[in-house]
Amino acid sequence: MNRFIILLLIICSVLPVFAADFWLTQILSRSIILGVMALSLTFLTAYLGVVSFAQVTLAGIAGYTIAYFSANTAGIGAELPWVFAVLLALFFSTIAGALVGLIARQSVGIYSIMITLAISMAFFYFTRQNYSVFNGWTGFSGISAPSVMGLDLGAPVVFYYVCLFTGALATLFVVKFSSSPLGLSIQGVRDAARRVRAIGIPTSPVIVSAYAFSGLIAGMAGILNVWHQERVSSFSVGLGPTIDVLIISVIGGMRHPLGAFIGAITYVMIDTFAIDLISRDRFNTVIGLVLLLIVIAAPEGILGILKSVKERIKKIVLN
Amino acid sequence: MKFFFIVFFNGLTLAALYFIAACGFTLIFGLMRTVNMAHGALLLLGAYVGYEVVEITGLWTVGIIAGGLTSAIVGAAIQAYILGRYQGDELRQTLITIAISIIMADLMLWAWGGLTYQISLPEMLLGGVRLPILNVGYSSVRLTLMAMAAVTGILLWLLIAKTKLGIIIRAGVDDREMLQALGFETKKIFVIVFAIGGMLTGMAGVITGSALSIAPGTDMQFLLSSLVVVIVGGMGSIGGAALGALLIGMAEQYGLAYAPTYGVVFTFVIMIAVLAIRPQGLLGRSEK
Repeated sequence: MNRFIILLLIICSVLPVFAADFWLTQILSRSIILGVMALSLTFLTAYLGVVSFAQVTLAGIAGYTIAYFSANTAGIGAELPWVFAVLLALFFSTIAGALVGLIARQSVGIYSIMITLAISMAFFYFTRQNYSVFNGWTGFSGISAPSVMGLDLGAPVVFYYVCLFTGALATLFVVKFSSSPLGLSIQGVRDAARRVRAIGIPTSPVIVSAYAFSGLIAGMAGILNVWHQERVSSFSVGLGPTIDVLIISVIGGMRHPLGAFIGAITYVMIDTFAIDLISRDRFNTVIGLVLLLIVIAAPEGILGILKSVKERIKKIVLN
Repeated sequence: MKFFFIVFFNGLTLAALYFIAACGFTLIFGLMRTVNMAHGALLLLGAYVGYEVVEITGLWTVGIIAGGLTSAIVGAAIQAYILGRYQGDELRQTLITIAISIIMADLMLWAWGGLTYQISLPEMLLGGVRLPILNVGYSSVRLTLMAMAAVTGILLWLLIAKTKLGIIIRAGVDDREMLQALGFETKKIFVIVFAIGGMLTGMAGVITGSALSIAPGTDMQFLLSSLVVVIVGGMGSIGGAALGALLIGMAEQYGLAYAPTYGVVFTFVIMIAVLAIRPQGLLGRSEK
């Protein structure tokens, strides 16, 4: 798998040579951003065994932080050097992740879904009501990616590399974190919470730190997202994007970090090109049917399908 | 003081609506442990069908029955043909109902467009009454709504506490395998319960469409309110749904009246407080 990831990274890093700006910005960068967001969910699902609907909220908190501390057209907030804004954004999304974990720590399965959904919707309504920090319904617009030493991070090719780097970094984080002692305790809580308690590890801090870590990953996606969209508003943290991220994770498969990115590229492709096949207005029906089909026929997502195809080929070759 | 009481009555009305909407959700969850994320879509479907029928026949009662039946049939079909196969796999069921709700919402948007509909009420409910003591006018619809909530609650309680089906349902909640071992066809019972839940939900939709209005987005609004009501009250408990609806309805209305900007935050604070003290909800039973 590792060899495959390195190969994939090499392919991805030479893509700008061939791809037009539209592909880089609208398809590839967007896919990676959505992929990182989905990765934060996949991490929780794969290693802690819970499904969280709050990941878009966490990403949104990072996005709002960037917007608040950058030049924007809303006239709210204070401009900070971009490094500080980024650090603050990651800090807030991590803290928010920990808070979500604190609230949802005692719930698993369907309960965690319901509670995190309620949290994310509460945040959505809150952003609509609050004008002093979140600028209500309209939110912030006119945010652009910073220039670093004269290099405009918002330029298509540069932004693509920023996304690629962040995506790779997030994947590396998840892989390394999951094999660290804390990551192993998280998996222990998933498999047998009672036994983890019995050997003297309190489960609550473990669960909270898992959520906090997912907040960090979601925050990385949130920062890129606000640079990519150049705006953030209550719609960025609404139910639509929340369900989209869940769909992406399920379509791709939750067993491996790569699944999030496979799901994201599939989703973006359907989103972009379904217009040619059917009416643009019926996109939701198509994506709903895809989700239904995947959940029914291939619960491990595209990753699972690829795996079983690989095994079948192996069998044929061996015979 | 008068203001306080008016808000109280508004809270009560909203609570009644939330309770009616949450009943089907909590009934289905109570027996089958299925989080029916298509709950809101079923509610909206019932409301749209109810609207069409009322427009054609001019009879509100026919409309509410038609709305209820439509959602009952769709709900039963979902359980019989799709969900039933994955009984026990709760996460998968949840994802399936999410997919169904996305598809249904989109198809309904196609069929009925993005307009806002209001279901016309029967003549007798159009007026208002003057409340004694407070001496303020109050629309009959809202009083009817409270009566409906009370009737729904009592009927549902009777169904669960006093009928044979109710006994089977309660037995299923306690020990599904044992019920099956005793020779009851749980599959069939699940479909029936889903149909009853769908019926309640569809009727709630028609009531919502009459008391307020319906538009795309109403589905998610009521899915969310039902979720919060049921989380606060305790999942699967009718009394819990009533208590949860009361708390949330009051919090929302008092929030709206006294702290207009952050009404929704009160709801959230209540939910967190309940989760922190009793994760299973106020009247919910512990899972262990």
